[in-house]
Amino acid sequence: MKKLMLSALLLSFLAACASTPTKEKAAVEDKSVPATAAEAPAPAQAQAAVSQEVAVNPLTDPNNILSKRSVYYDFDSSAVKDEYKPMIEAHAKYLIAHPDAKVTLQGNTDERGSREYNLALGQRRADSVKQFMTVLGVPGKQIETVSFGEEKPKATCHDESCWKQNRRTDIVYQGE
Amino acid sequence: MNMKNSFFGRIGPYLVPLFLLGLALLASPARAALTIEITGGAASQIPIAIVPFAGEIPQPQSLTGVVDADLQRSGQFRLVDTSGVTPLPHSPGDVIYPDWKGRGADALVVGSIAQLPDGRLDIKFRLLDVLTQSQLAGFSYTIAPTQLRATAHKIADVIYQKLTGIPGVFSTRIAYVVKQGKRFELQVSDADGYGAQTIVSSSQPIISPAWSPDGTRLAYVSFETGKAVIYIQSLATGGRRVLANFKGSNSAPAWSPDGTRLAIVLTRDGRSQLYLINADGTGLRRLSHSPAIDTEPNWSPDGKWIAFTSDRGGSPQIYRMPATGGDAQRLTFEGSYNVSPNFSPDGQSFAFVHRSGSGFHVAVQDIATGQMQVLTDTPLDESPSFAPNGRMILYATESGGRGILAAVSVDGGTKQRLYVQSGDVREPAWGPLSKNQ
Repeated sequence: MKKLMLSALLLSFLAACASTPTKEKAAVEDKSVPATAAEAPAPAQAQAAVSQEVAVNPLTDPNNILSKRSVYYDFDSSAVKDEYKPMIEAHAKYLIAHPDAKVTLQGNTDERGSREYNLALGQRRADSVKQFMTVLGVPGKQIETVSFGEEKPKATCHDESCWKQNRRTDIVYQGE
Repeated sequence: MNMKNSFFGRIGPYLVPLFLLGLALLASPARAALTIEITGGAASQIPIAIVPFAGEIPQPQSLTGVVDADLQRSGQFRLVDTSGVTPLPHSPGDVIYPDWKGRGADALVVGSIAQLPDGRLDIKFRLLDVLTQSQLAGFSYTIAPTQLRATAHKIADVIYQKLTGIPGVFSTRIAYVVKQGKRFELQVSDADGYGAQTIVSSSQPIISPAWSPDGTRLAYVSFETGKAVIYIQSLATGGRRVLANFKGSNSAPAWSPDGTRLAIVLTRDGRSQLYLINADGTGLRRLSHSPAIDTEPNWSPDGKWIAFTSDRGGSPQIYRMPATGGDAQRLTFEGSYNVSPNFSPDGQSFAFVHRSGSGFHVAVQDIATGQMQVLTDTPLDESPSFAPNGRMILYATESGGRGILAAVSVDGGTKQRLYVQSGDVREPAWGPLSKNQ
């Protein structure tokens, strides 16, 4: 019964917030906090946090290209396709404008072939993005690279629909 | 001996059904960490009759059941039915050879298990040649009851060695990584999958286990600090230390045949390149200097060569270079993806993963002739590892959406799957022959 009431509270809260997508996202995230959070002050806090974040942080604004973080590749390739270059350029500009900001470029591969070769391939994918950023003028000390090879797949099925999501370099800012 | 015969005479009628029951227990998942399914078999198998040993029934584990399973798994033997022979022989004097010749057996194994007053077991076995009516081997072992399985493997090794001329690998161990939910466990088990022990467990991935040539240590790669770092761990003490934790990735450890050094892969100077390092972590030296990925080093058994994977020619292919450094020579030319070289114990061939139109398969190539043979037909095969007698290749494959281990004979004739009850199994490495073999 208590659960039902809580669900009803959450549902009405969701409905109330449905007018803007960012608020709805905050409300969904709220589900993981303890039941008491469903009381009146909690949504207000969440709302405030979201609007504040949007105001100061272009890295997480879904309307900003900087919120895009992944470069995708063909099988056994570390060539950065043209479609990802504007996004990498935007991150390069941001890093140049924010000398204290640091990124880790995380290289990943799909599950096919050998784990060790994939570890090396993931490294080369991360390095290819680093090289592009370096050419654009980002100091090397702001960029770290790491490879997870095929060990941390984002999608776990065994066909191309998952593999294409896992052939990827992620741009992760320090502190994220 | 007479006492044993009379004892056997009394229980004889019950022996066969109880023995079959023993086999059923042997195959049940509750008793096995891994169970094994065999497909195919060698063209010419040696027909052998293994008579249940006298005194075997009171033991919790069927000794001859383990011997049966070992020999059958090799694909090189055909078990001859022993049911209906009365009385079953347990020593050479009891054997009526024409009976066994009539059943088509070329070889016969008889033996006994006797409980000693101190609780230990006295095991005697003899391997007999049915055609010449002579003894090929005879051994006795005095063991603690906990060593029953290990002793069965030793007996199977003796039989295998005597009848094929090749050392058996039933007493060896294998290492592999199991992913259970979000946990990664590096495990070591007997070659038949029993007796699995977890060596190290982590919430982060573990890959590339490599046995030291003396079988006392494992090198492996763990991501527990957030990136690939190489560790060496003692199996006896569980103690471990970092072998390589340089800037960037540290991976692909491969022991030199004398166990003093390892070839490893580092990205500390940029690209993934081959380095040598002493087993104590000193004496780092760069081995390869290529503008490409160089990885997966593997030493030839004579220590002269290091085979490795490189995409310096535009696609990943297998090369070899002198272990002292120098020019590399390309070994694979067929197809656009050949990786994970693993030398055969005689150094004359290597196993690897070959990509064809139908997926990633295990293949072997003769070094002198360059002739390649694809051994498997499953689409996602990885990590081939030769048995220390060179007769089988252990590898990782996928079945029903999860990783399993499988083994294939070097001629491709016999395949077996090693199932674990749950989890994803990968990264198998077959350990060396034990010292007392």
